[in-house]
Amino acid sequence: MKPREFLAHSGRQFGTLVGLFALCAVLWALTPHFLTVSNLLNVAQQTSINAVIAVGLTFVIISGGIDLSVGSLVAFSGVVTASLLQRAVPVPLALLAGLVTGLACGLVNGLLITYGRLPPFIATLGLMSVARGGALLYTDGRPVSGFDEEFRWLATGEVLRVPVPVVIMIVVYVIAHFVLRRTPFGRYLFAIGGNEEAALLSGVRVRLHKTVVYGVCGLLSALAAVMLTARLNSAQPIAGINYELDAIAATVIGGTSLLGGQGSVVGTLIGALIMGVLRNGLNLLGVSSFIQQVVIGAVIILAVLLDTAFKRPKR
Amino acid sequence: MTAIPPAAPLTPRAVLTLRGIRKAYPGVVALDGVDLELRAGEVHVLLGENGAGKSTLMKIISGAVACDAGEVLLDGVPIEIRGPRHAQAVGLGIIYQEFNLIPHLTAGENIFLGREPRLLAGVIDQRALLRAAQKILDELGVAIDARSVVSRLSVAQQQMVEVAKALSLNARVLIMDEPTSALTEQEIRELFATIARLKARGVALVYISHRMEELFAIGDRVTVLRDGRHVGTRLIGETTMSELVRLMVGRDLKDQFPKQAAPVGDEALRVAGLRRNGVLHDINFTLRRGEVVGLAGLMGSGRTELARAVFGADPIDGGRIFVGGHERQIGSPRAAIGLGLGFLTEDRKHQGLVLGLSVQENTCLPSVGAFSRFGVMQVAHESAATAARIAELRIKTPGPHQRVVTLSGGNQQKVVLGKWLTTAAGVFIFDEPTRGIDVGAKVEIYQLINQLAARGAAILMISSELPEILGMSDRILVMHAGRIAGEFTAAEATQEKLLAAALGRAGLHAA
Repeated sequence: MKPREFLAHSGRQFGTLVGLFALCAVLWALTPHFLTVSNLLNVAQQTSINAVIAVGLTFVIISGGIDLSVGSLVAFSGVVTASLLQRAVPVPLALLAGLVTGLACGLVNGLLITYGRLPPFIATLGLMSVARGGALLYTDGRPVSGFDEEFRWLATGEVLRVPVPVVIMIVVYVIAHFVLRRTPFGRYLFAIGGNEEAALLSGVRVRLHKTVVYGVCGLLSALAAVMLTARLNSAQPIAGINYELDAIAATVIGGTSLLGGQGSVVGTLIGALIMGVLRNGLNLLGVSSFIQQVVIGAVIILAVLLDTAFKRPKR
Repeated sequence: MTAIPPAAPLTPRAVLTLRGIRKAYPGVVALDGVDLELRAGEVHVLLGENGAGKSTLMKIISGAVACDAGEVLLDGVPIEIRGPRHAQAVGLGIIYQEFNLIPHLTAGENIFLGREPRLLAGVIDQRALLRAAQKILDELGVAIDARSVVSRLSVAQQQMVEVAKALSLNARVLIMDEPTSALTEQEIRELFATIARLKARGVALVYISHRMEELFAIGDRVTVLRDGRHVGTRLIGETTMSELVRLMVGRDLKDQFPKQAAPVGDEALRVAGLRRNGVLHDINFTLRRGEVVGLAGLMGSGRTELARAVFGADPIDGGRIFVGGHERQIGSPRAAIGLGLGFLTEDRKHQGLVLGLSVQENTCLPSVGAFSRFGVMQVAHESAATAARIAELRIKTPGPHQRVVTLSGGNQQKVVLGKWLTTAAGVFIFDEPTRGIDVGAKVEIYQLINQLAARGAAILMISSELPEILGMSDRILVMHAGRIAGEFTAAEATQEKLLAAALGRAGLHAA
């Protein structure tokens, strides 16, 4: 690719990346402790769960949809995994069951949207409530806590001195980027989100791919659930509230259009890191969590404002 | 015929004058020193190939785009058009090909959108609004109730609502971009009658169309643009079609329809007793390899519906489809593509292209599966196929990674063609393949159709332009009310016979 084409394609991510570095520079100036290896790994670890969920949401949003149920799916898959672990089911099997739960719920979303012809907002809003209620019913409203070290390794372990959650996040992003850019499924997501009718008339199995993308989103929510459960050493039926909003925020800051048809997971990763860095930095500075909310909201608006300003064609 | 020029000869007063207009975009000079003078009561035709600068010039007049250099005079007074609202306020109106109406509001509400008459406390005075809107519609001579919801109106009626809206703003210059592209013959006649009334009121009309016959029917003067430059202004009565084509293209187009007959081979597609309840009735036809079959018919006669049914885009209620002599069930476009069918849709923006994706991504979209190995796309294959299409179709694009939304209409259409060439289809259904594209690109597409036929492809070409059907087909089918109402050989077909069949006034094989 020529430099100009590269910039046209990746300029947006580049801008977000500059934003991330600028933010880091400011925080470093304000609090030297920010730029230490241990703190940066800490940020990456805190970001990992939101980042993993945001990948699934990025896929869905590129295909022109939305998934509001991810937070509830985190809770539901989490309590399923946890209850199996407590019944001494082998760890791999319990993990598999949790992931399959998320995948299945996601596929239900997809089927409601494709074959049931429900708007994605409605279908996933419904499942958001159903899955939350399901998690509360299943646990009788109580958390499921206390697991073996073997399972806890998913949160506390290290690979080559990198925390396992960070490794999971990196692996997920590498795979997701590859899927989006190098496989027919990825290409079809852009085509469906950009123009569903044209995609259909080009022989794209629109319903199949749309169903699958919600399945993928559910699966990644379940993966996040496992990571969260291991970190907290507890699965809570009220976990993951508002996670869908954090994930949407990371996606949008990363330059993915809510209208569908364009976006990238690289941008989403940077978006998730911006949110993580911001939370961490504000904590280090001792800023109250109330003010943090205001700041994060302002950053979301600012990111999209800048985006719109740069995209607006000159008269 | 007298020598009096038809454009309001007593007052050849310039309403709007553009001088030396220049507009450059990164990498392209869209307009370079263009002059244009619009007089009260004239229909000024603007001609030019796609990319010649017509759209940019119109956007400058309507305030959507600011020019880099040059001056604009309104009634002889220099003016700077500050934006679309300002343009409207000084009486410069435009009716785009795609209308800007709110579908669920009434005609009257649309006409006065943003300028509703108010009662006290800012409440809309619905009665005054309706009365004023109805008055404008009546003066325009169109039978539209101001209370009717826009989405229930026909395309022609919606267009009239747009005209009424412009008039309600006291438009003195009205630009019409391809106003007849979606109208029936009857509606076109009504539009022309309305245009005559507007002329009588002293409105200066700019008329953009690729249908050359129309220009001679209603134009007073014509200005031709080529590559962003003004190449000539003529009185319609003093020019000829061939002169205009030469000005537009910059060379002589020897033949508008360069038809070359190819040897006709085996049966490629046969449809027997095809039925879609309420839409298609007992459709029978055969396409042979090397054959171009024209499909004529009025809007709503079921031509596009037939194409969609054969391609698996719409369900069918009965009938059999044979591809290459074997009966096939075509349940989806994917199945059709798998059997070697390609379908160029009439609406390239909504059905043909994913505008936000690149030339390469669009070109390869139906072939992505074929270009993949073990579920991974082979980028080298995609690049090679796209480079081949760009070269053989002469697609004007800065590169394969250019987003198609930035290309001109003719080049977008070539990308759609490129999609189906890439799938190596053997049966092509072309629905209005030359709609909205310029003469030069049209001829290129005709030549491509010839090449495909020579290579042994079978082609069904749907078109509303009878000269195109007559000029390019080996055989012609005419549809009326969901049925094949006539079939003609190229030799026996005439415009009159086709039209009679399309209107349902002729039996099968009328001759």
